[in-house]
Amino acid sequence: MNLAVKDIRHNFGRFALTTVGVGMLLMIVMGMGGIYRGIIEDATLLVDESDADLWIVQRNTRGPFAEVSRVPANLVHRALAVPGVETAREFVYHTIQREREGKPIRIAVVGLSWPTDKGESLPLIAGRALAQNHFEMIADARLGMPLGEQIRLGKENYTVVGITENMIGSSGDGLAFFTVADALDIQFEVPGEAVRLERQARYARGTLSELGRKQPALAETAFMAPREIPAIGPRQISAVMVNVLPGTTQQSVAAVVAGWSDVSVYTADGQRDLLLRGPVEKVRRQIGLFRVLLTIIAAIIMALILYTLTLDKLHDIALLKLIGAPNRRILGMILQQALLLGIVGYGIAYVAGLRIFPGFPRRVILTNNDLVQLALIVLVISVLSSALGIWKAVRVEPNEALSG
Amino acid sequence: MRNGFAIETKGLTKVYGSGNTEVVAMSNADVTIRRGEVAALLGPSGSGKSTFLTAIGLINPPSAGQIRIGGELVVDGPVALRDARSFRRKFIGFVFQKSNLIPFLSAIENVRIALEINAWPAAAARERAMELLDYLGVADRADHYPATLSGGQQQRVAVARALANQPSIILADEPTAALDGRLGRQVMELFRKLAHEHGTGVVVVTHDHRALDVFDSVYEMEDGVIRRSESGVQ
Ligand SMILES: Nc1ncnc2c1ncn2[C@@H]1O[C@H](COP(=O)(O)OP(=O)(O)O)[C@@H](O)[C@H]1O
Ligand SMILES: [Mg+2]
Repeated sequence: MNLAVKDIRHNFGRFALTTVGVGMLLMIVMGMGGIYRGIIEDATLLVDESDADLWIVQRNTRGPFAEVSRVPANLVHRALAVPGVETAREFVYHTIQREREGKPIRIAVVGLSWPTDKGESLPLIAGRALAQNHFEMIADARLGMPLGEQIRLGKENYTVVGITENMIGSSGDGLAFFTVADALDIQFEVPGEAVRLERQARYARGTLSELGRKQPALAETAFMAPREIPAIGPRQISAVMVNVLPGTTQQSVAAVVAGWSDVSVYTADGQRDLLLRGPVEKVRRQIGLFRVLLTIIAAIIMALILYTLTLDKLHDIALLKLIGAPNRRILGMILQQALLLGIVGYGIAYVAGLRIFPGFPRRVILTNNDLVQLALIVLVISVLSSALGIWKAVRVEPNEALSG
Repeated sequence: MRNGFAIETKGLTKVYGSGNTEVVAMSNADVTIRRGEVAALLGPSGSGKSTFLTAIGLINPPSAGQIRIGGELVVDGPVALRDARSFRRKFIGFVFQKSNLIPFLSAIENVRIALEINAWPAAAARERAMELLDYLGVADRADHYPATLSGGQQQRVAVARALANQPSIILADEPTAALDGRLGRQVMELFRKLAHEHGTGVVVVTHDHRALDVFDSVYEMEDGVIRRSESGVQ
């Protein structure tokens, strides 16, 4: 006859409620760990998914994920010329906030290096990769845009041709992939009036300059499109991603690029590190500390619950001692109940978490490591807090069964 | 356990507290209960009856004195000579006034647990527990929990549990306080039957003077002093 089970069955409602309570508490601890992982994963996702060996960014900046980085588009060609470089791709990244169906929508815009990168390597769950250099986009499911939806960004309409899953920027906004040209158009979109004003200003500068006075026809070029004016440089991209040839070390390529005085270069790991120590550092630490605190609180609450469960049974325990039940049986009952509470509570936390966490606005990632770690913590808490009850139970005198 | 008296005490004394709060609850109790003897213990409240009973039940060590059970010296002064709990498990059955049963076990389980802690196999324990409940007339309540049993039924289950391991002595502290006179008498008669059939020594603390004819001997206690009363015995 198992006393622990008999007691639970007789007081089932109470045990069930307690277990659900403990389960919910553990679910929150589990969720907090998942949120912590999610923040790290989301932050480094682009760096990891881009699969670049080296990142070339604006000199002395920490790269496009940490701050604004501007490098000329032709840096791609310079990078390609470095011995040992296999591919060099343009990288454009910026976040925009627009309205969609009356609600604000934040989109982390990523430019793909057309035509080398059409987005085939993205985790598509619907649709296809980009098929043309313009007006197509791949949106993350988190943005809530269905296949075929058109969204106006700047002067153009872009059609959603593919949907990805779990592609999220470091600030938690859903990613949308465009070609580099489109991404730049979106970034440097200038209204018609601004264009007119800028042309007038150019013209004025032209006619006032010495060159303009000597050759009045030159001033007319001020009304041409910017890309046709040799004096105006091309639009700038955020960074260049480099992959090195097999057999070449990242360091050897990085050493060459580091010698260029207009850019800085980081390895992917370095970029990852910068991210974790930069923009997400504070939120990561905040959640991390909160998680530790929550675990401690959960431990205390569980210990109190288990201790109270034992206290409520002290009279029965005295009675068991009175009729001669050995300690083994009495302590076994307490320990088994503690473990049962811990295990079932953990199970409830896991099952409830799997259902609830996907509805969270940011990713909650339950890694096996974290799950095992929490399971061990729960196990230790169960044993330790039942030790508290056992300590009390051992001290109960059998004649206490006669009082009250 | 073959030789000697069921219970034999010599100079049993219990002092609670010390200094100002010192209470001599029992002094120099010399009591001998034969095998098969059913003894009543009378006395006003606070006279030390429970102290005596719990001392010989090995749940309340005396300040001084000796206790022999079945001829074996089990207590000598404040030091128990035996593992009191395992001795209780095998040789002593208890019935008390109230809160006697484990609330989360059914009637039959309350009896079974006493057997199982004495290494009875589950099936045999179940069978014997059922026999005992049947013997005490509560077999139809075997699966009821204590909270759903009447006071009398609870007491009968408690008696069944006390008898389960065929103990050498049964100690009952006001077992019939919760029962009406007729039922109380039934329980006393049951003790008597058991004692005579199995040679069990029985000590019952009681207030019920109407049932005294059931007992083989009557002890009276006053201010911690215990003495055998000749008048009460038939
Ligand atoms: N645990 C205890 N601590 C101090 N005094 C006690 C304790 N138990 C009993 N007493 C005292 O010992 C005396 C005898 O008590 P008890 O044996 O319970 O008497 P009875 O059972 O005859 O009513 C009483 O004066 C009581 O107050
Ligand atoms: Mg009493």
